[in-house]
Amino acid sequence: MTVQEILETMEYGPAPESAAPARKWIEDVGGAFGHFIGGVLTDTGAQTFDSTNPATGEVLAQLTQADQSDVDSAVTAARNAQPAWEGLGGHQRAQFIYAIARLMQKHARLFSVLEVLDNGKPIREARDIDIPLAVRHFYYHAGLAQLMAREMPDRRAIGVCGQIVPWNFPLLMLAWKIAPALAAGNTVVLKPAEYTSLTALLFANICQEAGLPSGVVNIVTGDGEVGRMLVEAPVDKIAFTGSTAVGREIRRATAGSGKALTLELGGKSPYIVFDDADLDSAIEGLVDAIWFNQGQVCCAGSRLLVQEGVAERFHAKLKARMDKLRVGDPLDKSVDVGAVVDPVQLQTITKMVDEGGSEGEVYHAQVQMPEGCYYPPTLITGLAPAARLMQDEIFGPVLVSTTFRTPDEAVALANNTRYGLAATLWSENVNLALHVAPKLAAGVVWVNATNLFDAAAGFGGVRESGFGREGGWEGLYAYTRADIPEPVSVHVPEPSPADLHTLGGIDRTAKMYIGGKQTRPDGGYSRAIRLPNGALAGHVGEGNRKDIRNAVEAAEKASGWATTTGHSRAQILYFVAENLAVRGNEFADRINRLTSSDSGVDEVNASIARLFSYAAWADKFDGAAKGVPLRGLALGLHEPVGVIGALCPTEAPLLGLISALAPAIAMGNRVVLVPSEAFPLAATDFYQVLETSDVPAGVVNIVTGTASELAPVLAAHAAVGSVWNFTDAGLDKLIEEASAATLKRTWNFRTAWDGAAGEGRHFLRAATEVKTVWVPYGV
Amino acid sequence: MESDITGAPAEMASEWKQGGTAGLPQVSDTRNPGQPLDLDWVMSVQANRSAIERRCATLPGRRSVKKEWQAAWLVQAIRCIDLTTLSGDDTEGRVRRLCAKARQPLRSDLAEALGVSGITTGAICVYHDMVAAAVDALRESGIPVAAVSTGFPAGLSPYHLRVAEIGESVAAGAKEIDIVISRRHVLTGNWRALFDEMAEFRRACGAAHVKAILATGELGELRNVARASLVCMMAGADFIKTSTGKEAVNATLPVTLVMLRAIREYHERTGYRVGYKPAGGISKAKDALTYLALVKEELGDRWLQPDLFRFGASSLLGDIERQLEHHVTGAYSTSWRHPMA
Repeated sequence: MTVQEILETMEYGPAPESAAPARKWIEDVGGAFGHFIGGVLTDTGAQTFDSTNPATGEVLAQLTQADQSDVDSAVTAARNAQPAWEGLGGHQRAQFIYAIARLMQKHARLFSVLEVLDNGKPIREARDIDIPLAVRHFYYHAGLAQLMAREMPDRRAIGVCGQIVPWNFPLLMLAWKIAPALAAGNTVVLKPAEYTSLTALLFANICQEAGLPSGVVNIVTGDGEVGRMLVEAPVDKIAFTGSTAVGREIRRATAGSGKALTLELGGKSPYIVFDDADLDSAIEGLVDAIWFNQGQVCCAGSRLLVQEGVAERFHAKLKARMDKLRVGDPLDKSVDVGAVVDPVQLQTITKMVDEGGSEGEVYHAQVQMPEGCYYPPTLITGLAPAARLMQDEIFGPVLVSTTFRTPDEAVALANNTRYGLAATLWSENVNLALHVAPKLAAGVVWVNATNLFDAAAGFGGVRESGFGREGGWEGLYAYTRADIPEPVSVHVPEPSPADLHTLGGIDRTAKMYIGGKQTRPDGGYSRAIRLPNGALAGHVGEGNRKDIRNAVEAAEKASGWATTTGHSRAQILYFVAENLAVRGNEFADRINRLTSSDSGVDEVNASIARLFSYAAWADKFDGAAKGVPLRGLALGLHEPVGVIGALCPTEAPLLGLISALAPAIAMGNRVVLVPSEAFPLAATDFYQVLETSDVPAGVVNIVTGTASELAPVLAAHAAVGSVWNFTDAGLDKLIEEASAATLKRTWNFRTAWDGAAGEGRHFLRAATEVKTVWVPYGV
Repeated sequence: MESDITGAPAEMASEWKQGGTAGLPQVSDTRNPGQPLDLDWVMSVQANRSAIERRCATLPGRRSVKKEWQAAWLVQAIRCIDLTTLSGDDTEGRVRRLCAKARQPLRSDLAEALGVSGITTGAICVYHDMVAAAVDALRESGIPVAAVSTGFPAGLSPYHLRVAEIGESVAAGAKEIDIVISRRHVLTGNWRALFDEMAEFRRACGAAHVKAILATGELGELRNVARASLVCMMAGADFIKTSTGKEAVNATLPVTLVMLRAIREYHERTGYRVGYKPAGGISKAKDALTYLALVKEELGDRWLQPDLFRFGASSLLGDIERQLEHHVTGAYSTSWRHPMA
């Protein structure tokens, strides 16, 4: 084209980024790769597969499908390297992580171009977003490694971490996984996605250049089968980012194994536009929400909710903006939307829109479409919440839309989903924005922005979007464990049918406590509670699944507790302590008799102290303003999990119950407590204390019965946010398996309940979700 | 595009239409006749600074123009320059030199190598006292003379004198009048006063085109920029312009984005295209490309022509000349290889 001709059209013209250096890097290793195990890049294995460029279909390289022996070698290498790596201390680890960051930065362009070839994302995104964020993640975590020993003195590395990352942000997700693991003193075996393993293999080069000790980072390539081997390998933690379906499989596979688990899964994140928003900016935000990375983003703002009064105008503007998007060669610097990662994914997207789109109106951007693995930016308006495409994750450049009338309705629609990863809201009214943000079921909320990420800010979801956070101190915490004393063993009395005499006096009927009322068991059965000498101590109701149902329902109704002030919750906890103290001798006697010990007075006193502790904490477990590189606030808010089901310890019948109840309700949760199976009468006495202490109905519910029967019901209940198992470790598997359906959090914890580990921040963390609320500002 | 905006003062509309496109060969659209002040619309406008800044910060990474395309875009940038001198020490001689540069902004061998001819700047922009000299120097070039007016740059001289100044400049041959608005009307939210002032300035311009300088660096917040833009367009501005070049902060990309969006909204609702002129602080060829890309993205190709887009700049041309020579020769250039103004 001549200059004169271009003057007529004023087109952009091509602006290609050269792929030559990246191709040369691949050629230099002969175009075929093995794994990275024990510091060595292994030879190509017996079974290989193609790594292709989705934009062109060309084969980029041969990768090796790992077999069991590869995975075993990698895990062994990591195991062998771990003690020394942790033993290096924070400062030495920080130096290595810092070196990795520097080296990645030096090779930033090579990483960017390689990522584009492998994944199909536009060079602009790889160059300006993926790679800089990955580098930043290592810098930030060099800092956490440096500070960890001083700032988290009671935590240490978990051990060997198996990490499985997806294909949408190959290097960035690798960074999110490896940086915190290494900072905390863990070693890792990472499996990149089979579509996109090349930057992970380049990262292996970086590890070598940085002189990272052998075995600290290991990388094995291959498909989901390799992932399965890794999940089943003798590792101490699995960290997974990917689909909800696979996350669920991993939850089941690791159930009862004692492996720590964090899952960052799918989403159908709402993007709410209020009528007082800067509409043009909200539309530009949508470009970054749903057309970023071809919409293949777990936290993509894929569900547009627009206030009815501006919806028509908004949609018109949006369509005009869509027509301006440039779809094409991902290596062109002026391309907005690149190639879908693989023809399989393209087919999935196409099929979903073809099948579900007719429930609304489908608008494809009027843009020049290249041949090949591309899907046009798409908007589907007029969908009702019931439409399948409003509910299911498409994982492509497809935005679905509906309207709302009021802020409350916006919140209801936003939360009308199984997922809870991210949410975006646009409004110029700070009252409205800060009113709505805490109500959204999501781990991340962006106000007047979208898809902002930073190493200092936690990222992760609630509900079926998974659990655990990546980034910030909370992210590091997920790669650590506490050293805690082994719990004491408990003597549980065996029933002796021969000895049926009662305690005498007027019969006291221990009931359950549901919704602020003493209730009889649904099944109509009671169980005998015996003293260690076999004597009958009394009866408690034999709880069943319907009692759990009723208790959870009562707990759900008491949602107002979550928004009471910390001060009010503290007052009530103090009042509980006060009223317990009044009846202290009675409780002490009861405990002594039930457990045939003389620890009753100590246990009551410890319980009162613990109630005081959490009353104190109720208004002091502060969130944080994160140090993100942005003119704005990134607030890490501590929000209650919701309804927590807790299986109280067998031993310490009162203190164990308080140890679960107090931190949970101090943070604004409601609880369903299954008291000590052996010694439940301390709990049933305790509800009388609750009744006299202004605890609102439904905030605390007590269901007595057999823990092994009640636990899976709690774990499977969709309205329960988390299950704490403080009793029999044999129930862990049952609970974790049952939790997989809804991917709720679980916490297995045992300790000496009167010891230092029996209370503190680890309980508060379990009782809260960190929600990161981003609020950029400026006039 | 011929339809009247219902409710616009009839005599105003017809007078402005009479102005038409006379004297401005590159103008092909119907002039914006203005419309009654619509305060609901004005007050509904929002401008979220952080989002706007993100858009502007990422744009250069999203749009890249290379090789022949870059050369063409830089030639187009020259065609959109209001080559400007607004100094206390301006003389007729200085203005004549500037006009000569406006007639031939590109060294002839470079123009030839690029395969373009007849390239001139968009206009010459001077103070009133230099208008006559400029008009004389530009005779038969087709290049219009723009005069800054209405007590430029502060706009705080007696109101009747400000209005009269427009008439004087038009009489002296200025085809474009760059007026300054009263910033205090914006800062105190007196939109009616701003509208009335702008409408009167427009009337005083007659057939000459009027550019409304908002002095955005003195308006305090981006939302004010958006609102002032709308009010000036409603009152009949042909162009809206960022700055006098004399404020502490002049043209910026965020301010540009706000004003472009206001222009787009105005076009969507009324059908009339209003032009845009960033002024002050744009001195690099690379910046010019970013501005053009932003205009192309937000408003479309139609606005990339000099009848709807101008750079108010004095030193930008020099950098563009150097970049174009680099394009032609492959070697980096320097200022003394290009004729000065």
